[in-house]
Amino acid sequence: MKYYAYYPGCSMEATGAPVEKAIHAIAKPLDIELMELEDWTCCGSSPFSGVDKVKAMAITARVLAQAEKTGLDLVTPCSSCYTILREANELMKEDHKLAWQVHEALVSVGLSYNGTVNIRHIVEVIYNDVGLEALAAKVKRPLTGLKVACYHGCQQVRPDYGFDDSELPNWLDNMAKSLGAEPVNFPLKARCCGSSLVISETGMAIDLIHKLLQNAQDNGAQCIVSTTCPLCHTALDAYQSQVNSQFKTKYNLPVLAISQFIAIALGLDEKAAALDYNVVSAKKLLAPYFSGKASLAKAESAT
Amino acid sequence: MINGKTTFLNEVASIPACDKINECVQCGVCSGSCTTAEHWEYPPRKIIAMVRSGMKDEVLNSNSIWYCVSCYLCTARCPRNIKPANIMHALEAIALKEGYKPPTKTTTMYRSFANSIEKNGRIYEFGFMLDYFLKTNPFAALKMLPLAVNLLKHKRMPLLPKSVKGKDQLNKIFHNITTGGSR
Repeated sequence: MKYYAYYPGCSMEATGAPVEKAIHAIAKPLDIELMELEDWTCCGSSPFSGVDKVKAMAITARVLAQAEKTGLDLVTPCSSCYTILREANELMKEDHKLAWQVHEALVSVGLSYNGTVNIRHIVEVIYNDVGLEALAAKVKRPLTGLKVACYHGCQQVRPDYGFDDSELPNWLDNMAKSLGAEPVNFPLKARCCGSSLVISETGMAIDLIHKLLQNAQDNGAQCIVSTTCPLCHTALDAYQSQVNSQFKTKYNLPVLAISQFIAIALGLDEKAAALDYNVVSAKKLLAPYFSGKASLAKAESAT
Repeated sequence: MINGKTTFLNEVASIPACDKINECVQCGVCSGSCTTAEHWEYPPRKIIAMVRSGMKDEVLNSNSIWYCVSCYLCTARCPRNIKPANIMHALEAIALKEGYKPPTKTTTMYRSFANSIEKNGRIYEFGFMLDYFLKTNPFAALKMLPLAVNLLKHKRMPLLPKSVKGKDQLNKIFHNITTGGSR
């Protein structure tokens, strides 16, 4: 069992529910223990940097100060939290004036941060610490023959913290393969879904989401396997009906977070995989796998 | 400094992560990479040139910078490592602080977002969206109704905020960093 400090981020308490519930379901089978930071507060995300950068970094630093006390690696599933936490950590090392301003504010409430926290994305933890071989060895319900488009999103791989490739990543593809699925070619896999502006520039964001759905479907995907970022997942899943009304399309493409996808492959039930929380239902698509008919069909065609 | 006054360029360069703006070679990789460039009146490369030319009012009265979706394609690709996305957010912050009023509604959205953090310690998604729509166009919220219903139906939109003890500490940090001399 490996232990990590865990920072879910605000969206996991609401729109990110399916992603989050599945993360907790797969943690134990994957031998990882996620210890949620006590009384955590928002990381500030990108909008706060557009309000006040120094304040934004101080908000982020409260999370880092809490995490440092645990002595563990800090893991987050949200790509936006991941990027801003990494940025604050680096900036405070480079910019001494900023570091001092933040330090004084932290000290005034009895906190301190010494810059020692190792910040990690949960996808990277599963990829590197659990590993593809161990993942494949734990598969009880192989997703054989399922054609998936693996959506990595933007802030998981950019600006570029050495996580996968910043232009054309393939870690999610490799994970899906080790679970038995067939990743399709998906050129827009690291393009942005626009969710940071989906509230105020809805039309613009819907256009970006449309391009992603179109690219996935045109390449023959039966569903999208998304990163654990709750913003990416909500954009592709919950906003699909808005895309359909804006573009007169009929997308009905289930979007499973990689945590849900792993839960299914590990043989967990629909409840553990949080399938009821998805707006576009994946149940029909997955029915043959839950009933065991998919593997039978595959075995028959092989003989 | 020119005649004892801080130039616009210096104002931007003094914000964390923006100090390399002087090293931009105007190659245009940022504009060519930008996810939303088609919406920008002045794309990122031009914005940087305008900042360096002191065109403060033109930059801050325009909607352009507010279309940045923080996808960091520009930043990952910039050969001079100047972090254009960070510069755009720094410009947004200057515009808000100095009372510029570009037509975009994203200014209000960012304020609602920040208010939600100060009030609740965490983003309370339902309250944040409600606040934004009440301050901009309540009728636009009607368009979002089907989405909200879908999220409610799938237990993804709690209607009440969670009480976080850490919010008092967070607010003290806010208070102390402001009085401690923010940039």
